[in-house]
Amino acid sequence: MIRFFLKRLALTIPTFIALMFITFVMLRLVPGDPIEVRRGERGISPERLAQLRHDMGLDQPVWKQFLDYANALLHGDFGTSIVSKSPVLHEFLTLFPATLELTITAMLFAIVLGIPAGVIAASRRGGVYDQTLMGLALTGYSMPIFWWGLILVLVMSNTLHLTPVSGRVDLIKFYYQPVTGFMLIDSLLSGQEGAFMDAVRHLILPMIVLGTVPLAVIARMTRSSMLEVLEEDYVRTARAKGLSWTRIVGVHALRNALIPVVTVIGLQVGGLLAGAVLTETIFSWPGVGKWLIESINRRDYPALQGGIMLIATIVILVNLFIDMLYGLINPRIRHAK
Amino acid sequence: MPSDARLTAPATAPAPPGPLRAFWRAFRENRGAVLGLAVVGFILFVAVFANVLAPYSPIEQFRGFSKLPPFWVEGSDPRFLLGTDAVGRDMLSRLMYGARVSLFIGLSVMVVSMVVGVALGLAAAFFGGVADVIIIRVMDLIMAIPSLVLAILIIAIIGPNLTNTIVAVTIVGLPRYVRLVRASALTELTKDYVTAARVSGVGKFRLMTKTVLPNCVAPLIVQAALGLSDAILEAAGLGFLGLGAQPPTPEWGSMLADTRDLMLSHPWVMAFPGLAILVTVLAINLMGDGLRDALDPRLRRS
Amino acid sequence: MKFHKLLGAALLASSMLVAGAANAKTLVYCSEGSPENFTPSINTTGTSFDAARPVYNRLVQFTPGTTQVEPALAESWTVSPDGLTITFKLRPGVKFHSGVNGFTPTRDLTAEDVIWSFDRQWKPDHPYAKVSAGSYDYFNDMAMPDLLESVAQGGDNMTVVIKLKKPNAPIIANLAMDFAAIHSAEYAKFLLDKGTPEQFDQIPVGTGSFQFVDYQKDAVIRFKAFDGWAGKPKIDDLVYAITPDATARYAKLKAGECQVMIAPNPADLPDMKANADINVLEQAGLNIGYYAMNNLKPPFDKPEVRKAFAMAIDRDAIIKEVYQGAGQKAKNLIPPTMWSYDDSIKDVEYNPDKAKEMLKAAGVEGLKIDIWWMPVQRPYNPNAKRMAEMIQADLAKIGVESTLVSYEWGEYRKRMQAGEHMTGMLGWTGDNGDPDNFFAVLLGCNAEGKPNSNNIPKWCSAKFQEVVNKAATITDQAERAKLYQEAQKIQAEEMPQVNIAHSTVFEPISKKVTGYKVSPLGAHEFQNVDIAE
Repeated sequence: MIRFFLKRLALTIPTFIALMFITFVMLRLVPGDPIEVRRGERGISPERLAQLRHDMGLDQPVWKQFLDYANALLHGDFGTSIVSKSPVLHEFLTLFPATLELTITAMLFAIVLGIPAGVIAASRRGGVYDQTLMGLALTGYSMPIFWWGLILVLVMSNTLHLTPVSGRVDLIKFYYQPVTGFMLIDSLLSGQEGAFMDAVRHLILPMIVLGTVPLAVIARMTRSSMLEVLEEDYVRTARAKGLSWTRIVGVHALRNALIPVVTVIGLQVGGLLAGAVLTETIFSWPGVGKWLIESINRRDYPALQGGIMLIATIVILVNLFIDMLYGLINPRIRHAK
Repeated sequence: MPSDARLTAPATAPAPPGPLRAFWRAFRENRGAVLGLAVVGFILFVAVFANVLAPYSPIEQFRGFSKLPPFWVEGSDPRFLLGTDAVGRDMLSRLMYGARVSLFIGLSVMVVSMVVGVALGLAAAFFGGVADVIIIRVMDLIMAIPSLVLAILIIAIIGPNLTNTIVAVTIVGLPRYVRLVRASALTELTKDYVTAARVSGVGKFRLMTKTVLPNCVAPLIVQAALGLSDAILEAAGLGFLGLGAQPPTPEWGSMLADTRDLMLSHPWVMAFPGLAILVTVLAINLMGDGLRDALDPRLRRS
Repeated sequence: MKFHKLLGAALLASSMLVAGAANAKTLVYCSEGSPENFTPSINTTGTSFDAARPVYNRLVQFTPGTTQVEPALAESWTVSPDGLTITFKLRPGVKFHSGVNGFTPTRDLTAEDVIWSFDRQWKPDHPYAKVSAGSYDYFNDMAMPDLLESVAQGGDNMTVVIKLKKPNAPIIANLAMDFAAIHSAEYAKFLLDKGTPEQFDQIPVGTGSFQFVDYQKDAVIRFKAFDGWAGKPKIDDLVYAITPDATARYAKLKAGECQVMIAPNPADLPDMKANADINVLEQAGLNIGYYAMNNLKPPFDKPEVRKAFAMAIDRDAIIKEVYQGAGQKAKNLIPPTMWSYDDSIKDVEYNPDKAKEMLKAAGVEGLKIDIWWMPVQRPYNPNAKRMAEMIQADLAKIGVESTLVSYEWGEYRKRMQAGEHMTGMLGWTGDNGDPDNFFAVLLGCNAEGKPNSNNIPKWCSAKFQEVVNKAATITDQAERAKLYQEAQKIQAEEMPQVNIAHSTVFEPISKKVTGYKVSPLGAHEFQNVDIAE
């Protein structure tokens, strides 16, 4: 098992190197300049531009810049953001908890609603519940989430005044320093009354928007997986033995039906991070997705490069983890590759 | 290669009527799928004949008639059924022409992805070794970067316009096709009939196109339908961020983005393009579900 | 170590909160974004200037709500007859803040602080020159290195003498700009000794009416009142709630979560005006949004063609749909609030039929052009894409076919400055309220008759240039005004570009707030603001 793991881990190393190289080259191909883009209407004189580019090392040949970058990276240095002048890793780590909090809660939202919906639909196959739930699921799956977000803001925030429009917590009412970076936890640690509920209110809409597509996927997957399991002999046997339908579905069948669902959940991680980009943009959520978009617009190469590398690392590691999980469940895969 | 050329011809010939009829019978049973097909057909019809059906040109501005509400809301103008946008262009006409743009993007992405995906996937499966490793690693790379961020980066490099939207969305979605074709091909390769063909000395290229590919067609068609809806969604997302079709092209995503400042004061201007995207994608997905069930009930969507 | 710092901050925060319960007046300002840092001289964005403004003062300042210059850290100043020497008398007893990082000032403001503040931006060997990779853009943009001969102490340590290389009328106004903020040399030395000079730009220490308390990126900046030279402000706590989305800002204002907000959505203004708890303040912006035709590319070398274009563009419709009414049709380059504005100029009428005839008369037929539009929202043009679509439709009516073109912002401006466009839009926001800052910058040409880079229509007129050059060297305002009015007449005749609009700056504030003034320069100041309980 450990050998399998190490082998897979080793296989990701060339991927990392290629990733580093490709993002580096791509960023240099993007027209525009981190200095130019930050200037107002006045612009900048060619002499000063050359001077500033020299100061930032941007006038070096690309291969040299790349070697310098790779060398720094080997020492754990992700470079310094051009805009904020603070280390990229530090910047990423301050923003990442916000994204993580959003994606985790969105995933929980999707799982908590998606699995029961799938089970109900499967157990009432072809009935009204099944059709309604699956119709909703397919609608959710087809949803342009940027539009969905705006509609929810319009209805929930501007018309019904139920939720705030943006941000993570009302920092005017509740004043505390981030400790973990997770607002739900920090608000509890602060000990201020109402802070936690306020954080929850801020989280609800982004969570729903980001969780909609995974919710639909999980519901559909649970249903089809469940249907398959319900066809199995042991379920029929259990039925014949007179076990209650609820018990069969809820205990025996569900356990087996969940295996493919778990893998699907893992596969959603990449999609969630992509969805987070749009969700964070709509709700001004201070996470890495919004930060990446801003970094593209500002041509902040070090931030963008570091951000993409770190995100990709997470995605690759999660995929590796899922593969491992597979290997545990199904030993044949281990030998197949 | 002349022998190959001759032999590939029958493979592309239409399937015998038997399976086709069987397929239609299975498809017809799924009412949702038929509904989806009908809606997709309708949207396709509107898109193709937009120039005949649309009451006005999508870029004609009626000064003094801007931001009109749809016909059922007070203050509307009967000449503009769904109202007008921020500069007084007819919403209905723009939506109709927008269908053309969105479907064009979606179908182009689908076709290009299919061709490239099949080629790369088959190549990976057949040549194995270095080619396989390289192709699969590149696909892993693409999948490791959040799709929207990668698409934005590509657009930033090659510039925002309709063609480049297609390029970016294709690249981002390519891994799914490649992996699917490769996996199906690998499965087929272990089957007895392939071994038999191999033993009897059938050439590699012929083996790929004549025996293996037809057996991957079913999952590929399903993937194509899903790919179509994903492509439309992603292109709309890019348009929403201002990186898709350029003005004054009526693209649904950018129409939505253009009216964000009117969200509170004139919500309906924002409502229609989003609804158009939702309905189109939903219809294609319904149809895709039907295709899947009809072609291969074992296939699951993840 | 880090945890202790956090704990300390948290304790401080909770103690503040307890103290705050005792009837402290807090004003919350809904701002637009996070500042890059807190040192104005190394920033270029209004957001960053706003974030540092409560903390700092300059030698002179703009009277709130105007572009007039008044004394600040300098009590008074004199200009020598040849215009080359300016002597500033510093205000005695000006106190600096204490820093949240443990800095305690031991002395009041002296000439040393003023000299330090200029030298950092000027002298490459200054110990702080390279801190935070500062590039001192405004200092260089305002051509200070070319203007300054020396900044030195006068007779005593309360006198600063600035020597210039050539006389320059707008320099006093330049010194009221944010980049000329005066820092504490003692604080700089304190941090250098501590080995953490980069904190200088993160934890600001100045002489202003508010002292810095805390900043959380993308969330909040906190200040508290400081009883300094200008007196104690009426509010106790000033909080910037960073809220990038205009809709969200409005929601917060309605809910009473903030009392002043920046940049409302123009489309939401009618709703805001109807709200009984909100005052919508407005002020003509010190800006111009224009549509330039490249005079170096035919047929735009002909004034008739340029005039025909001006006549074809329906600017009233643009004001309505692009500015949502939050703008004023422009007939001159400078806005009407600026001195020397010539109101006698007759505006171009909207007349597409006549424009079509004029084009025909000029022998222009089947013209195909490109229209460039900015990829970003600017104060003088809230929606360039929409404006481009409208101009495209207008020009189609006089038989001109056009394609819309855009690039990434830095690239866009660079290419336009290089003159690659045929026609396109850009604009300008005034820095200091001096007409020279418009005429010389936007339509200036060098001695060889070549257009400057910011001259987007690439138009050069010897007559115009002579008038503008002359006006910059004399100090008598009435005489200068006459010259600038002549310049406006020349421009109206030649029509190098179409002046579209001066946008109006709207700032919705809670009715509880008094004493708040909208700055024509886009600044947000809270020194004199009070809030009713």
